[in-house]
Amino acid sequence: MIELTDVSVSYNDKVVLSEVSLRLTERRIGVIGSNGSGKSTFARLLNGLLLPDRGTVTVDGLDTKTKAKEVRQKVGFVFQNPDYQIVFPLVEEDIAFGMKNLGFDKATIAAKTEEALKRYDLWDHRTHAAQFLSGGQKQLLAISGVLVMEPSYIVFDEPTTLLDLRNKLTVTGAIRELEQTAIVVTHDLDLIADFDRVIVFADNRVMADDVPEVAIGKYRKAMGDV
Amino acid sequence: MFDLYRPGTSFLHRAPAGGKVLALFVLGTLAFIVDDIRLIFAGLALTLLLYPVCGLTLKNAWAQIRPTLWILIAIFIAQAIFNTWQLGVFVIARFGLLLLLAGLLTLTTRASDMIDGIERGLPFLRPLGVNPAKVSLALSLALRFIPVLAQITREVREAQRVRGLENSVIALAIPLFVRTLRMSDDIADAIEARGYRP
Repeated sequence: MIELTDVSVSYNDKVVLSEVSLRLTERRIGVIGSNGSGKSTFARLLNGLLLPDRGTVTVDGLDTKTKAKEVRQKVGFVFQNPDYQIVFPLVEEDIAFGMKNLGFDKATIAAKTEEALKRYDLWDHRTHAAQFLSGGQKQLLAISGVLVMEPSYIVFDEPTTLLDLRNKLTVTGAIRELEQTAIVVTHDLDLIADFDRVIVFADNRVMADDVPEVAIGKYRKAMGDV
Repeated sequence: MFDLYRPGTSFLHRAPAGGKVLALFVLGTLAFIVDDIRLIFAGLALTLLLYPVCGLTLKNAWAQIRPTLWILIAIFIAQAIFNTWQLGVFVIARFGLLLLLAGLLTLTTRASDMIDGIERGLPFLRPLGVNPAKVSLALSLALRFIPVLAQITREVREAQRVRGLENSVIALAIPLFVRTLRMSDDIADAIEARGYRP
């Protein structure tokens, strides 16, 4: 379980998240809100990319402030733009990067790389340059690079924003099939319509926290879409 | 230098990455010490011969030279005007040899192997405050992000053209600089999120 207790974050004296307390226990959690509402800050808190100014964030009891390495292994993070997440030139090298950082042995790295590449139909591209993949393939590569690190939770920060419909459907399908807990920050309301829970951020606070139809309804109303 | 790995089974593909990096360093230094043009041309011929031997094509070799062609031509013209045309030929042959050798390295070596090799070969720099892991990651990022930067440059240039700023270097440089800085923040976050600890 990921738990936030009375969490506040500020940048240059500007409050970007204020007194948020949440327990994340469901398997599929959507996070929505207008631009600048604090949802990306919230996402970055979950795996310790960002530390709270006040309050605590714990992952299965591990504090993100003191157990950064353990938390990073438990909580994977998929960014909006896969181009900035893929750090090695070749597809198979990039998948291995996170496992090397966590100290996996060579045989495990090779086996898990093969498994991940085959899972997302990237096997034929394994020795290709990542730059020549399509947007959807790049996002699947980014997801693979996170999955092989064996996280219990995966946070997605607007994973379909830059994709066309075909690629969006591919990535959406991949998220739905994950065994891990997925926390998806998005503007795509269709993507989270069948999730277990949706949290709505507004003015740097939690405005609604409910099942999708209720939470999305409140969000639409707040945005004037009724 | 920034062309990417081509899978293969040649002796150079199988050679240890650290040894290839060291060989490039030694041969590159030699190319700038030797002042006999015949030796430079012999080196060029041998290097070109290695391309097909390693399962690569002469097109691959040309791809290493092509991006710098205008720079090589400018160097030749400058040398021909201020010194002699023979010296111009000599200087560009040297650069060409260096580019082809570097191309052989990147075409026959996975970036990850090269980086591991460099990391293993640089511990002697630790007492000077240089972290080999950071150096090798920086090299990997250079290989990976040069095409991304080229794409960003194209996007910014197109955006400026739309606004009628066709030939303004500043109009290109400032947004490019800002976007690159923002990108570097995202990349740093991504590396950290994947458990990197130098």
